[in-house]
Formats: sequence, structure tokens, C-alpha cells
Amino acid sequence: MGNSPVGKMVCCPLSVVRCNKQPTTDDRQPATGNRQPATGNRQPATGNRQPTTGNRQPATGNRQLTTDIVLLGFNHKTAPVELRECLAFSQDEIAAALEAFQKDPAVRESVLISTCNRVEILMAANDRLNAATSAKKHISEFKNIQVDQFEDTLYIHEGDAAVRHIFRVASSLDSMVVGEPQILGQLKEAYRTAILKKTSGVILNRLLHKTFSVAKRVRTETGIGDRAVSVSFAAIELGRKIFGVLEGKKVLLVGAGEMAELAVEHLIRNRVGEIFVANRTFERGVELARKFSGKAIRFEEITDCLQQADIVISSTGSPNFVITRKQVKGSMRGRKNRPVFFIDIAVPRDIDPDINRLSNAYVYDIDDLKGVIEENIDDRNREALKGERIIDEAVISFRRWYDSLNVVPTIVALRKKMDDIAEAEIRKTLNSLNHLSEDDGQAIRRMTEAMINKILHDPTLFLKNNGCLKDRSAYLDITRKLFKLDEF
Amino acid sequence: MEVLIIITILFYMLSTAGYIAYLFLQKDYLNRSGYYLLAAGFFCHSAALIYGFVRSGHLPVYTLHETLFMAGWTIAGVFLVFQYKFNVKVLGAYAAPLATIVMLISSQLPREPAQAKNIFNSFWVSFHVIVIFIGEAAFALACGVGLLYLIQEYSIKNKSHGFFFRRLPSLELLDATGYTCIISGFTMLTLGLITGFLYAKLAWGRFWSWDPKEVWSGITWLLYAALLHGRFALGWRGRKAAIMSAIGFAALLFTFLGVNLFLKGHHGEFTRW
Repeated sequence: MGNSPVGKMVCCPLSVVRCNKQPTTDDRQPATGNRQPATGNRQPATGNRQPTTGNRQPATGNRQLTTDIVLLGFNHKTAPVELRECLAFSQDEIAAALEAFQKDPAVRESVLISTCNRVEILMAANDRLNAATSAKKHISEFKNIQVDQFEDTLYIHEGDAAVRHIFRVASSLDSMVVGEPQILGQLKEAYRTAILKKTSGVILNRLLHKTFSVAKRVRTETGIGDRAVSVSFAAIELGRKIFGVLEGKKVLLVGAGEMAELAVEHLIRNRVGEIFVANRTFERGVELARKFSGKAIRFEEITDCLQQADIVISSTGSPNFVITRKQVKGSMRGRKNRPVFFIDIAVPRDIDPDINRLSNAYVYDIDDLKGVIEENIDDRNREALKGERIIDEAVISFRRWYDSLNVVPTIVALRKKMDDIAEAEIRKTLNSLNHLSEDDGQAIRRMTEAMINKILHDPTLFLKNNGCLKDRSAYLDITRKLFKLDEF
Repeated sequence: MEVLIIITILFYMLSTAGYIAYLFLQKDYLNRSGYYLLAAGFFCHSAALIYGFVRSGHLPVYTLHETLFMAGWTIAGVFLVFQYKFNVKVLGAYAAPLATIVMLISSQLPREPAQAKNIFNSFWVSFHVIVIFIGEAAFALACGVGLLYLIQEYSIKNKSHGFFFRRLPSLELLDATGYTCIISGFTMLTLGLITGFLYAKLAWGRFWSWDPKEVWSGITWLLYAALLHGRFALGWRGRKAAIMSAIGFAALLFTFLGVNLFLKGHHGEFTRW
């Protein structure tokens, strides 16, 4: 984890598969709407909240009434890196996976996110068990790997748990380094691809939009991503506390090494000024200096250079101190006591810790920096708890929307059943009462309609509003059973 | 007048509350509201001051009540200017309470109207008083910034990154702010002393009369001069400068109040109570 938690993740291929299981569904809807224009119009409340849903649902509703959100995946906690490497999806594979998903009757919508730390398949499924099974089957086919080889590492979440999981992933509460910012971008990129392919469905569209806003809330309302959690970033953060802005500060790199070079790269990104590189072997120094477009100096010149350099990063293999208190003390006058910040990444240490006692000189060794990081990680974890609270709220609010989505088809089906019965009975009655005029027939129809409206008024309100606060889906279930709405 | 003073103090108190809440909660709107509340308080304060000036025809600096009233005004004003320029966020938690406390003390003191003496009624006296007060307010801020610097420097040196480390700005910003405060304070103090000498020549016929106030003003001036000289010539920055600005302010406080309260001299009546 040492250096850049962020940098390393960039490598990951990012992928999304979105399959719309029934691409024709949307096309079919208007026809349904036309067949029952009255139904659609008579549900004003529905229309206000989810205008499109109201019209779209009936067709689907008649065939398959429940849709579940299912999430299946594995991450760095459940699967070892070797397996994650095998199972990661590339961009091309995603296109293929998308097609395979489209053919599957169990899955209606799906999104696939693949990074080097996780693969998540998010689905809106007609049949959750089959959806999970077929998702596994697809992974197995795509990756040429037996299902039982990776099955143990999978987690499967349904309903609220799935929603919560995707919220946590996007908010980076589930990441290896809590609070790392990349995952949200990866998710967004994934979703953008889905939009371009025009395959998003009602449910996952809504879910992902909610996910992005939740992640944004978590990031802005908690300090989850505020503090550095890598050595080089921690050094930069400290530098900012000393210098304010790093722009134009001169840097001296003594020795070489991955962590030190990474720190210099971060500094360059912060637009520091001139960079000096000192190395025991001058040629190596020249090489490094070229890499940073800096200036190579000889090891003996370090003392002189201390008069100019504001940030000194040291990482040599030397058993003794490379920079001594005496050297620094001598240079302070020449630099008019401008502050100087020493970052000692070497073990054994290169920079005499006594330098820290000189005024305007600050020394941090590798242990100090690690101490800073530990504090920062604790801090992030504390902030993550706040994030969980935000997510709890969001899950509840999504659930409320999701339930209202199911209320609509139920009410529509109930209404339709009543209308059908009334229509049949009116026809029967009017056939046997031939003496009634056309106007009388209309009056009877109007009366019947009014009765239906009044009879359904309260149950409709009950289902739609919060009359059944705790478990709306249970009431919906009962309603469907009572009126036998699922028989078609 | 009375109402204006109460409103002013209320605004300053609210501003203090805002800044202290900002210190703990770190919400930007608290910082902003602290600033605007202080500005509103300053506005009322100015109104009260102008009212007093118009009514009595001279600057209200003839009793301790009036002097502190004026001091609170300059502290708030100078802070507003510096904050606008540097935006040292935590500084409000020092300056706003300072202004509030000064005002509270001032409002508790007896305030019989001073008998106007013609001797004080001159442009030079008013100028002398105003620039000295502005200079003192700038030095008060410099002291506050210096204290913040020392806290921040301590936490960086000792690697204890607690409450203040996160909230305080960078050492460089604190140092630069403190330096600007000292420079402006010193300029004002110098101007104030010069006008004081000129006025002494006019009123008493000599520039310097070994009055305790004069002596202590001289000492304070020398201290700050030494600080600035050290900075220019020897590069006294950071910690040393911060400590010096605190010492300088202590000397200044004594010159401002101590001399009048404990020693005798021709400035004595300004702090009568």
C-alpha cells in the first residue's frame, strides 16, 4: 500500500456490462397504454410521482410482477489477487458479456463493474435465484473457470443489502484504502457506457443516480478522503503545513529509491521550483536529474545546496548520517532562516534527528511519516462511520421509491380487475333490459364507475401513502392475493 | 448611544460564538458568519463613535471607558482588514473575543463626560491618538498570530498532529501575516510618536520630557524596531519573531494601561475612572 493507493488503481480496466433483458418491453408499453387509456388517466397521484412508471408498468406487471435488485461479486477481502486477476473483465469481454446477459430470461437489467480490486455484477432480476446462478455461469464461461473454483469467494446481496453494498462501494467505504477517490469515477464511467448503449432500465438508472449522489454526500459531508494515507502524500501534506504553497520551492533529492522518487513526482505535480539531485555515483544522479528535468550535483556539493533547497528528501543506503546538524546550522544563516523541511525515508537514517531542534528546520523520518499515516487512517475510519449513517438514510429513501414502483402495478391491476368485472356485468344487465334508453345506459355506467372509484379510493391511498409504514411489500402481497391479481 | 453600544457588543459576542464554533466544527459558513457579524458590529461601533464625536466635538478618549471603547473599535477594524487580506481562518477566535472583552470592560466602567479641554482639541492630537490606536490593534493581532505560530510550530516539531495542527494554517502564512501586522503597527506607532513629539513641542515647548508614558513608548518602539531590524538583517523569522511579537505586545500593554494605572504622567487622565 506504501506509496500511492490511488496511483496503483489506475491500471485497472474498467468495465461495465449493461444488458436490457427485454429490449422490446419499452416499445410494447405504449400499446398497452392505448388499450387502457382510462386506467392511465385515472391515477393522478401515480402520474405525479413517476409519470413514466405509471404507464410502463402494466405490461410487465401482468407477466412478472416482482423485480429484485441482486448484486453478486467479489472483492479484495473475499478473493485473493490471483483469482481477481483471472476474473477481471476487459472492455471487450464486457461487450460479449452484455450480449450473453441479454439472452438470459432471468435478468432484466444489469451493470458490471470490474476493477483490479473487485468485480460487481448489479442486476435487476425477475427471478433472483436464477439470476445469481446464471451470472455465475456467465463468469465461468467467459473466464474458462469452473464455478466451484470461485464460488466461495462470491457474495450475493439482495434488495436493501444490494443497494447498501453499491452505495458503500461508490462511497469508498468498501475500498482497500477507505476513502480513495477513484472508485466513484470508475463507477461513473461504467454507467456512462451504459447510457451510451441505451440499455439502462428504470431501476438501475435510478439506483445509480442515487448511488452517485450518496457518494458525493459522503465525500463532502465527512472527512473520509481528507487526509493522506501514503508516505509520499503525507510528506506533501506536511510540506503544505510548513510552506503553505509548494509552488516555487526548491527540492533536493539525495540518493534514490521508489518512495523518494514518488514523493518528488508529487512535488512536481505541486509545481515546485528547481530540483537538485545528489547521488554517490554522479552518473546515476544525472540520469535521475534528467527524469525530473532537474540538476545533478555532486555529493560534496550538498552543503552548498542546503542554502537553497527548501525541501530535502533523502533516501540513501549510507550507514551514517548524510546530512549533519553542523551542516544545516551553517546553512541557516545563508538562507536567512527560511524554513527547511527534511524528509528522511532511509533506514538507517540519513538525516541527523538533532536538526529538528534547530529553529526553522523540520525533520520527519519514515517512522514519523508512518505515524502520521496511521493517525490519518484512524481518522478516515472514524469519518467512515458518519458515512455509514448517510448510507443508512439513503437505503431507506431508495427503498421507499422502490416500493412505490411496485405499488403502481398493483393498483393498476386492481383497478383493471374492477373495470373488467363492471364492464362484463353492465353488458349482461343492459342486454336483459332492452327498454332502457341510451342515456339510461350511460347513467348506469357512470354510476358504476363512481362506485368503483369510491370503493378503491381508500385502499389505493393506503397502499400509496405511508399507511403501511413498516412493510409495504407485505400489504402489496396480501392485496394481490386477496384480489387474485396474479392469475394472468 | 446606549442602544448602539449594546447592539455592538451583541454582534461581537455572536461573532465570537461563530468563530469559536468554527474552531471546533470547521464549517465554512461559521467562519463567514463570524466575519459578517463582526463587520456588522464594527458598523454599529463606528456609528456610536461618530455619534459621540459629533455630540462632544472631540475624540472620545478622555476616560478609561472611552479609551477602551476606541481600542475595541480599532481592534475590530484592523482585524477586518487583515482578515480580508490574509484569511487566517482561526484568527477570528482570537480577535473577536478580544474585541468583545475590551468592549465589555469598557461598558462596565463609569462614563461621566469629560470636561473638554482646549489643549487636546487639535488635529494633531486626534491624528496622534488614532494612528497610535491602529498601531496597537495591529500589534495585538501580531501577538495573536505569533501565538498561533508557536502552537503550530510546536505541533509540527513534536509530531503531535492534534486539534490545532489540523485547524491552523501553514507556518509561512502565519509568519507572513504576523510580519505584515508588525510592519503596519510599527509604521503607525512611529507616525503616532512623531505627531506626539510635535504636539508636545507645541503644548509644552519641548519634544521629550521624560514622562513615563514617553519613556515606555520609546522602549516599545525600540523593541519592535529591534524585531524588524533582526528580520531584515539577521533573518529572524518564525519562532523568534513570534516570541518577540508577544514580548513586544506585553510591553505595549504596559505602556498603554500599566503606565497610566501605576505611574504618573501627563497621559494619566486618559484612563481616569
